[in-house]
Amino acid sequence: MGSLQNTLRELRRYPSAMAGILVILGLVVFSAYTVITIPYEQAITLWRGGADIWYKLPKNVPPAWINTFRQKKLPESIILDSAQGQAEKTKEAMSSGQNMINLTYTFDFNADDFPRAMVIYFRPTFDEKSPFVSLTWTTPDGREIRLGDFAVEEGTVFRFEQDERLQRRLKRTIGDYPAQVALLMQPDSDPPTPLKGTYTLNISAVTFEEEADVDAEFIAYGKVYGIAGTDHARRDLKIALMWGAPVALAFGLLAALGTTITTMIIAAFGVWFSGWVDDLIQRVTEVNLMLPLLPILIMVGTFYSRSIWIMLGVTIALGIFGGSIKTYRAIFLQTRESPYIEAAQAYGAGDVRIVMRYLVPRIIPVIIPQLVTLIPTYVFLEASLAVLGLGDPILPTWGKVIQDSLANGALFKGLYYWVLEPAGLLMFTGLGFAMVGFALDRVFNPRLRGL
Amino acid sequence: MAESSLTFDSVPAEKPARGSSTLVRVGKYTLVRGITLFITVVIGVYLTVLIANMGGYVDDIRRGEIQEQVSIRIMNDPALKNLPVEERRKRIAEEVALEERRLGLDQPFLIRSFRFLRNALTLHLGRAQLMTSDSGSRQVRLIILERLPTTLLLFGTSNLLLFFISLSIALGLSRKYGSLMDRVFVALSPTSAAPGWFYGIFLILVFAALLHWLPFGGMVDAPPPKDPLAYLLSVAKHMVLPVAALLLSAIFVSVYSWRTFFLIYSSEDYVEMARAKGLPDRMVERRYILRPTLPTIITSFALTLISLWTGAPIFETIFNWPGLGRTLFQAIGLFDTAVIVGSTVIFAYLLAATVFLLDIIYALVDPRVRIGGSGGRS
Repeated sequence: MGSLQNTLRELRRYPSAMAGILVILGLVVFSAYTVITIPYEQAITLWRGGADIWYKLPKNVPPAWINTFRQKKLPESIILDSAQGQAEKTKEAMSSGQNMINLTYTFDFNADDFPRAMVIYFRPTFDEKSPFVSLTWTTPDGREIRLGDFAVEEGTVFRFEQDERLQRRLKRTIGDYPAQVALLMQPDSDPPTPLKGTYTLNISAVTFEEEADVDAEFIAYGKVYGIAGTDHARRDLKIALMWGAPVALAFGLLAALGTTITTMIIAAFGVWFSGWVDDLIQRVTEVNLMLPLLPILIMVGTFYSRSIWIMLGVTIALGIFGGSIKTYRAIFLQTRESPYIEAAQAYGAGDVRIVMRYLVPRIIPVIIPQLVTLIPTYVFLEASLAVLGLGDPILPTWGKVIQDSLANGALFKGLYYWVLEPAGLLMFTGLGFAMVGFALDRVFNPRLRGL
Repeated sequence: MAESSLTFDSVPAEKPARGSSTLVRVGKYTLVRGITLFITVVIGVYLTVLIANMGGYVDDIRRGEIQEQVSIRIMNDPALKNLPVEERRKRIAEEVALEERRLGLDQPFLIRSFRFLRNALTLHLGRAQLMTSDSGSRQVRLIILERLPTTLLLFGTSNLLLFFISLSIALGLSRKYGSLMDRVFVALSPTSAAPGWFYGIFLILVFAALLHWLPFGGMVDAPPPKDPLAYLLSVAKHMVLPVAALLLSAIFVSVYSWRTFFLIYSSEDYVEMARAKGLPDRMVERRYILRPTLPTIITSFALTLISLWTGAPIFETIFNWPGLGRTLFQAIGLFDTAVIVGSTVIFAYLLAATVFLLDIIYALVDPRVRIGGSGGRS
C-alpha cells in the first residue's frame, strides 16, 4: 500500500488533518471502551430504567468537575446505606423479644452550598408489628436536633423537607428554611451559609419481633454529580454520552459508505453504457434531488418505525441517487475517453470489468474526501431526527440527550451542561471528520494542492 | 458591493437582431425545465402518497373527513332532529358507507393512489385531525399556507444574505490569496459540517440565555406591537439569531469552495491574457472570472438552498419560528397525519420552485442557453 503511505505523508503537512485523525482515533477507542464496559443490554436497561434504578441520583445537576472552576464548591451527593455497612450498626436485646437497633451515620460536609434534598429510605424486615424509629441530627457544633419519631413500614421514605412536623419545629428553633438548609446552616447566618464539619445522623429503632431488623439508606442529594451530570429523570448522562459515540460513528460511517459506493458505481455504469441508461440515471437523480429528505424521514419515522436501522436504510436509499452523481459523472466522462480504456476494450474486457476495474478506481481520489466529509453530515442527520423526537426508541444517542434537554427547557432554566455536553461531542466528531476530509480533498485533488 | 459585480453587462440586447431569439431560447429552456420539474414534483408527491398510504394513513384522513362531514350534516338536519340517537347513528353509518363508495375508497389502491396524487397536487390536502390554523380552520391547505410566508421570510433573507456575502468574500479572498483572512476561512471551513440548528442552540445559549440581548425564539414580541414600524423592528430583532445561525453554518464552506473555484479559474490562460492586456482587476474579475463561473455558482447555490430548505423543520423548531417546518414538527407530536403529508407535499413544491427560479437565472447567465450552444442541460 505505497499510495496509502504517500497519502499519510502528505496529510502530515496539514496540522488540522492530524488533529482530525487524532479525534477520529480517540472516538474509535472511546467507542470500543464504551461497548466493552457498558454492554448494549446493560446500557439500554440503565437508560430506560426508572426510579428504581436512578433514585440515588439528584435531578438535573451539572457534572462534578465544574467545582474545579467554582469558588463556592457545590455539594456532591452523600449516600450512606446501613445495609452496605456504611453506618455504624449496634443491636441490643431488650425485654420480651424487643430489640434496640442503633444506626449511626457520620459524614463530613465541606461544600459551600446546601444539598438539594435529604431523604432516608427505610428497609425494615418484620412480620406483623412494624418497628418504631426516632431520628436525631447532631451538628458539628454539638447541637442535637430531633427529626422525628414514627413507625416504619416496608418502603417508608422520610423526606426531610416534606415532613411538616419537622419543618414546623425547625421554623421555631432555626428559621423558616427548607430542612436541608436549616439542618446544615450556621445558626443565625443570613443568607444561610453551610456549617462545615462532621455531622451525625442517628436512627434508633425499636423492633418488636425476635427476627425483625431495620436498615436505612440516607441520601443527601448533591448539586453536582459524576463526570457528566444527570437529567430530568435522574439518569446519569454519562451512559448516553458514552453510547452516543459508537451509535454516531456507526450511523455516519455506514450511511456515508452506503451512499458513496452505490452512487459511484451507478454513475460509472451510467457513463459507460451512456444512452438511455445514462439519461434515466440523470433523470432519477434530478427527481431524487428534489425529494425533501428530512420530511420523508419524518414520515417514515412517524408512520412506520423509529428504529435507527430503518432510518439508516431510508437515508441510504434516498442518497443513492445523490447530487454527487453529477460530479462523478463529469469525471467518468473524461476518463472514458482515456487511451487505457480503449486498450482494455481492445483486449476484450467486458463491460462490468471495465467499469469495476478501470473506471471506478479512477474516482477513488475524489471519493475518499467526499466519503469522509459526508460522515459528519449523517452524524448530524441522526441528531436532527432525534431532536425532532424521532430518535431510536431504545438506544441512547447524543441527539436524544439534546432533545430531552430542549424539551425540558434546559436553556431557559440555565442547565447549560445538559445541552453543551452532547453538542460538544457532536461538534468534536463533526469537526474531526470534516478536517480530515478537507485535507484529503487537497491531497487528492492536484488542482487544489497549494491552494 | 457584490451586487454590482454580479450585473451581467452583456445580457441587454447589444445586437437587437439576436435579442428576440435569445428570449425565445431562454423561454424554451425555462419551459422545458418547468415541465421537467413539474414531472419531478409529481413523482415526489406520488412517492409521498405511497409512503404515507402504506399504513393506510391517507385512507384514514379521507375517512375521518367523510365521517365528520356526514355527522355534521345529519346532526344539523332539522328534518332528522326528532329521530332517536340510535336511529340517527345508523343513518350516519349508512351515509358514510355511501360516501366512501362514492369517493372510491373501496376501489383498489392503485386507482385510489392516483386520485390522492391529483388531490395532493391541486393542494386538496384534506382536513387536519387536531391542528387548526390561526384563523381556526381545520383545512390543511389553510394551515400550511398561513405558515408559508414566515418560512419564506426567514429562509429567503438568510439565503440571499448567504449568497451575496459569501460570493463577495470569496472574490476578495481569491484576490488576496494566502493572506491571514484567507487562511482563517480555510481553517474554519470544516465547521460547516454542523447544520444550522446546531449553531442555533449555541447562539441561543450565548445571546439569549446568558446575555439576554436577543429573544430565545418566536417571531414577534409577545403582545405584537401595534405600530407597523415597531412590528417590523420586533420581527427583525427575532430574525437576528436564526439568520446568524444559518449563515454561520454555511458561510465558511461556501466561501472556501467558491474561493478555491475562483482561484482555479483565475489561472486560466484567458484570464492571464486579460491581465496581460492591462485590464483593471475589477473588470478581469467581472468579465473573465465571474461570468464563466456564474452558471456553476448558481447550480451549487441551488444545492445549498435545497439542503437549507430541507433542514427547516428542525431549524424552526429550535427557534420557535412559526413557519412551515415547525408546523410539521408539531404535526409529528400530535400525530396529525394529514398535516404531515400535506407539509411534505408543500416542501416538494417549494424545492421545485426554488430550483425553477434558479433555473431561470441560470438560463439568463449561461451562454450555452442564451446563444443556443450545444447542450442546455445542467
